Amino acid sequence: MTKTLKKIEESASTIHNKINKKQKPSMEFPIRSLSNVKYTPKRGFLELIGQKKSRTLTVNTVKTFAQTLRIMSLSKELIEKDDVATKREAYYVSKNWDDARFEEQPESDTVIDDVEAMFEVNREQLGFIPEEKGGDVAGKLVVIDKDQDTGKQLKIDCTKFGSGAYSIPISTEHLKFETNAKFILVIETAGMFQRLVKHNYWKKANCILISMGGVPTRACRRFIRRLSEGKKIPVYVFVDGDPYGISNIYRTLKVGSGNAAHINQYFCVPNARYLGITPQDIIDYKLPTHPLKDVDIKRAKDALKNDPFIKQSKEWQKAINQLLKMGVRAEQQALAKHGLNYVIEKYLPQKLKKADSFLP
Amino acid sequence: MVSSKKIQKQTKDAPGITAKDLAKKQREISVSEFFTKNRHLLGFDNPRKALLTTIKEGIDNSLDACEEAKILPDIKVQISHINKSEDRFIVTIEDNGPGILKTHIPKIFGKLLYGSKFHTLKMSRGQQGIGISAAGMYGQLTTGKPILITSKTSPMAPAHHYSLVIDTQKNEPKIIKDEVVDYEVKRGTKVVIELEARYQKGRQSVDGYIEQTSIANPHAEITYINPEDNEIKYPRASKELPIEPKEIKPHPYGIELGILIKMLHDTKSKNLQSCLTNDFSRVSTRVANAICEKAGLNGKARPSRIAVQEADALFKAIKLTKIMNPPTDCISPIGEDAIIKGLKKQINADFFTSNTRPPSVYRGNPFQIEVGLAYGGDLPEEGLIRLLRFANRVPLLYQQSACVVTESAINTSWRNYGLSQSTGALPSGPILLMVHLASVWVPFTSESKEAIAHYPEIEKEIKLALQECGRHVSTFIKRKKRAAEELKKKSYIKKYIPHIGIALKEILDLNDKQEQKIINNLADVLERSRS
Repeated sequence: MTKTLKKIEESASTIHNKINKKQKPSMEFPIRSLSNVKYTPKRGFLELIGQKKSRTLTVNTVKTFAQTLRIMSLSKELIEKDDVATKREAYYVSKNWDDARFEEQPESDTVIDDVEAMFEVNREQLGFIPEEKGGDVAGKLVVIDKDQDTGKQLKIDCTKFGSGAYSIPISTEHLKFETNAKFILVIETAGMFQRLVKHNYWKKANCILISMGGVPTRACRRFIRRLSEGKKIPVYVFVDGDPYGISNIYRTLKVGSGNAAHINQYFCVPNARYLGITPQDIIDYKLPTHPLKDVDIKRAKDALKNDPFIKQSKEWQKAINQLLKMGVRAEQQALAKHGLNYVIEKYLPQKLKKADSFLP
Repeated sequence: MVSSKKIQKQTKDAPGITAKDLAKKQREISVSEFFTKNRHLLGFDNPRKALLTTIKEGIDNSLDACEEAKILPDIKVQISHINKSEDRFIVTIEDNGPGILKTHIPKIFGKLLYGSKFHTLKMSRGQQGIGISAAGMYGQLTTGKPILITSKTSPMAPAHHYSLVIDTQKNEPKIIKDEVVDYEVKRGTKVVIELEARYQKGRQSVDGYIEQTSIANPHAEITYINPEDNEIKYPRASKELPIEPKEIKPHPYGIELGILIKMLHDTKSKNLQSCLTNDFSRVSTRVANAICEKAGLNGKARPSRIAVQEADALFKAIKLTKIMNPPTDCISPIGEDAIIKGLKKQINADFFTSNTRPPSVYRGNPFQIEVGLAYGGDLPEEGLIRLLRFANRVPLLYQQSACVVTESAINTSWRNYGLSQSTGALPSGPILLMVHLASVWVPFTSESKEAIAHYPEIEKEIKLALQECGRHVSTFIKRKKRAAEELKKKSYIKKYIPHIGIALKEILDLNDKQEQKIINNLADVLERSRS
């Protein structure tokens, strides 16, 4: 914590000195986009190349500049008081800042992300927490947490949630795990997760089920990473067979995002493998499909052209090109065409037999 | 034109050789019947338009009369709603013009198709001599009331007052009252018409018409008393009378076959060659001979004989002969300065510009395009620009989309001048645009004279004038944007620098003096870097 504090003070002090010398102060940020990351399979995540953008104080940047400094000051206050604020709360705090207030939350989120990237820390280290849910867990796993008041060890058995599930907390660093599961099945939609939970699929397959609910949050990624690395269990990912499922959800889970690349090292699951729905599944299982929309096509082409992870993988390029050629997409739940429990009785068992052939 | 011929044919030339009954029946088609059936052609389609047309014809006549007599026009228009429960109004139009000779009064006001303008090619507001008498007839048909005229030609002369109706069978005035009265003006004419009408506010109404008339005629002073009894003054903005337009003879290229035949009939010339040289513009003896040769006609032939048998050949030969464009000094534009004066007195805007094109020619008719533009000020930021169209200084209120002016404005790329414009639409922005076409013969799309027809030459000239004004306004818009940016920058510095001070103070535990120094230094640095 004090390390972050020091970084804030150092940065403010540099700016102050420049101003005292009547020079224009500036701040440097890593560029937060896929163009500023590279992927080497050995390293296993998208890492920064190191391109930076400099924000020099000018008439045009003075508003953002002031807002960035005020967010830094807010962060300092939070750290010193050992408090946290959600990104939404931070946005409301800014309403006290007269003209420097943020009009909409995306503005303050961007500034927080900038500061985070600038200091190369996790936003939790700045005292800012997301409101987003971490994800849901059910199956053969015991999570060891601490009681919030007494600090006493607390064992949470994820088999005992019935038709419900354990919710991944925002911070997962302190969690320990006990499990003898054979694999972790990470699922895109809550609907599919519910089906597998309801029929106790985890019992049958001896596994842990995790629902991401769309693009995985940082906490979800970190949780899966710590669990799979700590307990040496493989991670299989089950998402919709469309460009979004592949290049946004799966890619982000496996190698991190381009937006907050400085933390990808910790917030990624390099040993994740793609179970389905693959383009080939659409053919093999005769799945009902929808045509690819313009935005799907754009996303797929963009991934082929700009995503360092997809670009280095021949298999993924093949798969995405196949999807583009077919011109269709299929949802996880399309399997219901063959019967509601087809996914449990046929699809997953058949796929899991060939775990070696999962897409990387 | 077409309609007037029809009347003559049906009333005068009813053939006697056919069945007598038929002939009788044809004679019965009276002027009033024609009028009733064709009121839309003359602008009396509905009570709302009838009111507008009546006012319009009255004002047009007054302005034309004043200008011809070189008098700065003072015009008073009053509309009184007689009875709130009925759609009956009394329209009074009064001017300080030369007055009308006693002997002419009945004919001008009480006979359709009588006037000085019909047979000449001269730029004027009215073109057909149908206007004011038609208004009178409309009043008479809808209320049964006569048209009242009071006129005085000089301070010394007595004023005459007439009360007259039109004999709708014979198209002749019928005088009900004829007396000498006291009229407390030096000279002028006052016309009172009672009619069935509806008054509506807004741009396409009498209100809009008078406002726009005052824009295009800055030399006129107009006082308008609306039906709610409010007096609105449109003051004179220029003491210069428009240059008097010259009369010209028709140019052979602008003549239609029917008119050519009529001219051959009516000419005073003894032979074809002299008819061509005397009655037309730009036809020299050489040109006349060339035409005759091409038509295979003898120049010595009697024009009236040609009219019957060989007019068609003559008409074709004219098209094939190269004839010099007509003289263009017959047009009297409003002028760039006067346009701006006219706009300025009615529109509160930040920027005015205008452009008067050199005269040009379409189908043998000289014409001239003028554009005026007002930007900013009270004009609304949102929505499409407001387009005012004028023909010979007369506002055109209806059929905007059918008019060449509108099409030319749409086909001009205003985006080049810093305005937003969607395809196929007028640009949007705080702009009022006026386009004036001055011509000896305005090519209206129909008899109601609401839209100007599409001639490539006219569209080209309008576009050139619009582009010129577009360039002027774009310079202004750019300058204004730059100034606004400057201002924004200045306020930015004031707004946000203190927050840098606050943040640094909080992070680095600075004192107030250090904070103030930050603010001062930053303001200094940024102010300097602005220029």
